[in-house]
Amino acid sequence: MKPLALCLSALATALFLASLSVGPAHIGALDGLSALILGGDGPEPLVMREIRLPRALLGVMIGASLGISGAALQGYLRNPLAEPGLIGVSGSAALGAVLAIHTGLAAVTTLALPVAALAGAGSGVLLILLLAGPRGGSITLILAGIAISALAAALTSLVLNLSPNPYAASEIVFWMMGSLADRSMTHVWLAAPLMLAGGVALLTLGRGLDALTLGEDAAEAMGLRLARLRLTLVLGTAAMVGAAVAVAGAIGFVGLVVPHLLRPLVGARPSRLLWASGLGGAAMVLAADIAVRLVLPERDLKLGVLTAIVGAPLFLHLIYKTRGGQT
Amino acid sequence: MRGCVRLSRLIALGLALALAGATVSAGPAPARVVSINLCTDQLAMMLAAPGQLVSVSKLAADPHSSAMAREARAYKANHGRAEEVYLLDPDLVLAGAYTDPATVGILRRVGLRVVQFDTVKSLDDTRALITKMARVLGHEEAGAALIAEFDVRLTRLRAGETTHSAAIYHPNGYSLGNGTLADDILRAAGFSNVARELGLRGGGTVPLERLVMAAPDLLIRGTPLPGASRSEAVMTHPALAALTADTAGLRITSPDWICGTPHVLDAVETLVTARGGLR
Amino acid sequence: MTLLSLRDLSVRLRGRSILTDVTLDVEAGEFIGLIGPNGAGKTTLMRAALGLLPHEGTSSLAVLPPAARGRAAAWMPQARDIAWPVTVETLVALGRTPHVSGWQGMGPQDRAHVDAALETMGLEHLRHRTATRLSGGEQAMALIARALAQQTPLLMADEPIAGLDPANQIATMQVFARLAGEGRAVIASLHDLGLAARHCTRLILLGEGGLAADGPPAEVLTPENLARIFHVSAHYATTPQGPVFQPLEVIR
Repeated sequence: MKPLALCLSALATALFLASLSVGPAHIGALDGLSALILGGDGPEPLVMREIRLPRALLGVMIGASLGISGAALQGYLRNPLAEPGLIGVSGSAALGAVLAIHTGLAAVTTLALPVAALAGAGSGVLLILLLAGPRGGSITLILAGIAISALAAALTSLVLNLSPNPYAASEIVFWMMGSLADRSMTHVWLAAPLMLAGGVALLTLGRGLDALTLGEDAAEAMGLRLARLRLTLVLGTAAMVGAAVAVAGAIGFVGLVVPHLLRPLVGARPSRLLWASGLGGAAMVLAADIAVRLVLPERDLKLGVLTAIVGAPLFLHLIYKTRGGQT
Repeated sequence: MRGCVRLSRLIALGLALALAGATVSAGPAPARVVSINLCTDQLAMMLAAPGQLVSVSKLAADPHSSAMAREARAYKANHGRAEEVYLLDPDLVLAGAYTDPATVGILRRVGLRVVQFDTVKSLDDTRALITKMARVLGHEEAGAALIAEFDVRLTRLRAGETTHSAAIYHPNGYSLGNGTLADDILRAAGFSNVARELGLRGGGTVPLERLVMAAPDLLIRGTPLPGASRSEAVMTHPALAALTADTAGLRITSPDWICGTPHVLDAVETLVTARGGLR
Repeated sequence: MTLLSLRDLSVRLRGRSILTDVTLDVEAGEFIGLIGPNGAGKTTLMRAALGLLPHEGTSSLAVLPPAARGRAAAWMPQARDIAWPVTVETLVALGRTPHVSGWQGMGPQDRAHVDAALETMGLEHLRHRTATRLSGGEQAMALIARALAQQTPLLMADEPIAGLDPANQIATMQVFARLAGEGRAVIASLHDLGLAARHCTRLILLGEGGLAADGPPAEVLTPENLARIFHVSAHYATTPQGPVFQPLEVIR
């Protein structure tokens, strides 16, 4: 447990530094870091502090959010296929964010954007719990996820198509695929409090999720307050995913891939998987964001494209594996 | 069918010749002209005889896109759909080179004469475009007069080489580099184009980082559009704000920059004025 | 000492009455076999007693706060849920959940209880194996060990020996009997009336929507009760090796 935490932290830190050193402007890694910390004249400190730092920070925050909420949802639903993106939570958050932006609410108060995304994500989680629930099998979960995702995507597209702004319609891709390009510290401050609150809420669920390994009945008989756990899960996931989507769009598959890869390393215990997936998610999003800048530096390649290329085959593999067992 | 093919070939040929400065006989002047492209809208409004132009595209009346929004309100607006254009019963349809090929195709198939106009890549292209429009509308003299006026004004505005640099930065980090009308406008006003120097050919995105590093003397941004969008969010990025704190910022009214019409000279004039304010 | 006391417990599910006015007390030292035909309400009675189902009447366990209830009674549901591929040791350690509070992990005492539970069920050699890859019977044994590790005065188990081989069935019944002998109490729903007759100190027979009989095995497994509730005839004898019970024929 200790070595794993060290390894994951070291990996995330290394990728964070790499993320700070990668960009279209040619700034040496050391020059960049000194400009970041010491400041100075010229455009370098501006590039480092206002463009690269928020991007790297958001990579960490969003990755951790998606990892933790993915692990928490899987733990509660007791299904390795649960993932904020696949089950429509990210899509609903995007709908909330798009509504806030295009009704002009986000311009009135800065808080409107993350709160609307949180409300969207919350409705998504609630719908999934109602439709699939912890007793529902994989097929119910995936079907419910497809339905919620499709509805949220359709409504998002509708809102964007109805917008008077000519750019709005082309932004459907952003909301579906996510990107960290040109985010600023404003976005960091917008997302950080919600993510922090959501993260703390979800990390307290560890023992309850462990107990749920034995099923709801046994867990409840061991003193688990199921209703409270469910509420914390909904709010925590909504806060984390909502904040992540509000600033960076819906980045899929992180919450699926990371817990799946780390599960054997934590002895499959949902409580340990929570924090491990937080660190792992941060590493994955940072790596993906570095890759989009290295692969096609001139294009704004969407993060979700890369995570889906890695995640979708794994998802198919998981479906193939669970096909026989559960229904 | 064969007639249609031949006609489109003829038009392509005509376009090539027109750009080369040659003239091709276009027959009697059309009586009912419908324009379905923002740029042909504006040129047609300038050159058509009263009553000759029946309808212009809806965009022509949008002040965010059109330099002649007020004039356009005098015409019936169309949405560029084949069915409504056909029902207007035109004898000439004016379209852009990039108008939906399906629309152009179906209009030709039902026997309408469609003339497509290329987009301009330089101030010089504007002359050829005016000439072609004047010819297809049957008002060559009006076209020649417009060009003469254009040349006089351009000569007056054109500045020599200066050391000032400028960058165009649109939503999504879109900028215009070598081989674009905007680049020509910048250089006519005496600016070097940062996007061109960063190696951008045509239109494309310039990463915010590289823009900040290049630190242009003048940053040219579009005016915010109605409704909100994420694409425009980059325009309020703190790094961009810090950049414009040191340099001059200019909010342009982009309609002047879009089409190859004499209005491009309004853009040049705005820039020349802005340059006067720089150190 | 009374470990569970039910007063006029009634359960209605979806408008249908499952159990009506069940009143009983469970004393320390008792190993109670809960018997009855399919659908008689054995699972329902235990879940309602734990407060996991909405019910009328009172149950001394259901009124406890959740954490206190987790220390008062362990519950082993019939569904043998093991959601994740955890090791047997980890699985058994989950039984310590009600005793571990706040952020602190398991202490040496908790580990001792886990070790004891593994030993009791004869699972030490499987300790580091992945629970989900064990056979169904081994999983059942691991889940019983989990319930034992909870170290509660009362243990309630829903068909704990279903699917076990005869040796494990008998061993499990002996473990339960020994727990009772140590001053705790066990309630287990059972379909094997022979094992129930041999090992339980008391049988509770559910049928006809309520409590049909309650008492020592010999008093409950009467021909009349068997005919009325189970529709079977049976042979019951007291032998030097203990009571022997064998159902014989279906009575229509």
